[in-house]
Amino acid sequence: MAESSNENSSPDASAYWKANLKWVGILLTIWFIVSFGCGILFVDQLNEIRMGGFKLGFWFAQQGSIYVFVVLIAVYVKVMNGLDKKYGGSKK
Amino acid sequence: MDVQTWTYLLVGITFAIYIGIAIWARASTTGEFYIAGKGVPALANGMATAADWMSAASFLGMAGLISFAGYDGSVYLMGWTGGYVLLALLLAPYLRKFGHFTVPDFVGDRYYSKTARLVALICAIFISFTYVCGQMRGVGIVFSRFLDVDIFWGVVIGMAIVFFYAVLGGMKGITYTQVAQYCVLIFAFTVPAIFISLMLTGNPIPQLGFGGQVVGESGTFLLDKLDGLSQELGFAAYTEGVKPKIDIFCITMALMVGTAGLPHVIIRFYTVKKVSAARVSAFWALLFIAILYTTAPAVAVFARTNLLESIPNKEYSEAPAWLKSWESAGLIGWMDKNGDGVIQYAKGAAFSGKPVYKGDETGANGERLLTNAPSDGVNELYVDRDIMVLANPEIAQLPNWVVALVAAGGLAAALSTAAGLLLVISTSVAHDLVRKTFKPNMTDKHELLWARCSAAVAVVIAGWFGIHPPDYVAAVVAFAFGLAASSFFPVIILGIFSKRMNREGAITGMVVGILFTASYIIYFKFINPELNVKDNWLFGISPEGIGTIGMILNFIIAFTISAFTKAPPQEVVDMVENIRMPEREGEEMEVAEH
Repeated sequence: MAESSNENSSPDASAYWKANLKWVGILLTIWFIVSFGCGILFVDQLNEIRMGGFKLGFWFAQQGSIYVFVVLIAVYVKVMNGLDKKYGGSKK
Repeated sequence: MDVQTWTYLLVGITFAIYIGIAIWARASTTGEFYIAGKGVPALANGMATAADWMSAASFLGMAGLISFAGYDGSVYLMGWTGGYVLLALLLAPYLRKFGHFTVPDFVGDRYYSKTARLVALICAIFISFTYVCGQMRGVGIVFSRFLDVDIFWGVVIGMAIVFFYAVLGGMKGITYTQVAQYCVLIFAFTVPAIFISLMLTGNPIPQLGFGGQVVGESGTFLLDKLDGLSQELGFAAYTEGVKPKIDIFCITMALMVGTAGLPHVIIRFYTVKKVSAARVSAFWALLFIAILYTTAPAVAVFARTNLLESIPNKEYSEAPAWLKSWESAGLIGWMDKNGDGVIQYAKGAAFSGKPVYKGDETGANGERLLTNAPSDGVNELYVDRDIMVLANPEIAQLPNWVVALVAAGGLAAALSTAAGLLLVISTSVAHDLVRKTFKPNMTDKHELLWARCSAAVAVVIAGWFGIHPPDYVAAVVAFAFGLAASSFFPVIILGIFSKRMNREGAITGMVVGILFTASYIIYFKFINPELNVKDNWLFGISPEGIGTIGMILNFIIAFTISAFTKAPPQEVVDMVENIRMPEREGEEMEVAEH
């Protein structure tokens, strides 16, 4: 979705934005896989596998996806704080 | 002490705390009133966001819904948590960097258009109103069941409390009250769950307990037992749904995207000091929400198992006391169709509609007689889904103070959400409508007065709907999510991630998305409810999930139109660039007093 008209932004800012988009892309892919993938589209196949009393697909839909969501945001916070330091700090 | 005394005591103490906080944190400027002077720590903001988000529906309604829907109920669990990932990654940090008060502010500035601001404003007010009415109703139910107060007076008491701290304290007062309310509601939700998990499975952690083995039946897993019980009575296996996959997919997506587009959630991320704090708040918010949302499916399984074990094929005269107390509250109904005095419970409705009783008349077994038309099926029992959380501690015979705690928790959930929504309404009216549209020269003091007055008017209107609820509350809520998904979300996303997106594209996209979604929902829910079945739906997608299609339409139309119309002006492109840049040290505390 990013457009090419970056003439008046500094190379730093555009590198920051690219790194940001890359991480958002990775994290949203995982977001999609655990919820829509494991919890909905492939739930029947995963239900063949059992984890204690849980069928795995059912577990992803009602427990697992939520745990992963929390971890995804935690990773994003950490990554972005790093990027802010790298790019924001040098501009000062 | 009996349940009622405990309830008065706990509700009284919690209310006193909320009022005390409101007096301590009252607002004196518009900045404090709207966004708490941007001085809220991330952890506190996360807790407040969680309380704001978890309404009477999450607290009282959701576990009950899942309990009856089994796997199909997963749409709510994934939908209402997954939206926070979108919010944290795609919206919150950028909107915070933009730094104004409201969503219509962003839409109006980014799309350099008063029309766009007005459309966004109307959506924000409509969505918030549909929500706040449901909350007031929740307050009424809790008061009437546990405190023996008429629903009318229950709603009036709730209104008075919300009025006091929302009007006096603004966002600052609301935020710190919500922190207290989060603590009350999460404690009230988890304590009974832990007790029941221990009783049923011997595991104190409900999240693990419902995948464990049943106490006293070694080798039988709880979920297998529940699947078996369900199938014996002719229901689908609990862990396998009945809804078509495409519908599950679309409902989950609409709820996720709708969550990320809800104005009262988005506004929370304006209240923190800087962009990095907006990201951290989103993390804390989801963590605090996840505690309740991972407990809820366990509560649903426990409640369903208890229900299926204790009721079907029992003689009515030997049914447990809680069944009769909820029957007298009008939320359980039993119609002895075959006259054998035994409660048959099976798939399908027992009779048409909600129970309507023949006054106080009782039948041969002492049950309250109903005037509803019986259905053809064998099922004889109606159980209102909303009672499962409230009834659960009684079903499991927990001590009285636990039952009272759940009532206090339900009130905390309803009041915190209502207050947040009222703030959105008052901000929208005073800031977006009056100041930005009609009276640009108004002083700060006047605007604050406008904000307080509109909050007051909104409380009264919401209270009226709480006492006289429209029959279609659930349908209207689906409406709110569909609208948020098909309007706000694409417009905000495109405003941040596409520099080329212009006014023409955004407005047409928004209007087409809303019109499509609204007409689909209105057609099936209000004009032709009898046609609302799978065979008539577009691609098999129910009205609850149609917001997903509306959103896709919005994106496609916005891109097409903007490709053929003039690019946005340079200052807007600069603004988007600025939103995307990392925040520099020192620019974090510009409290906009405009």
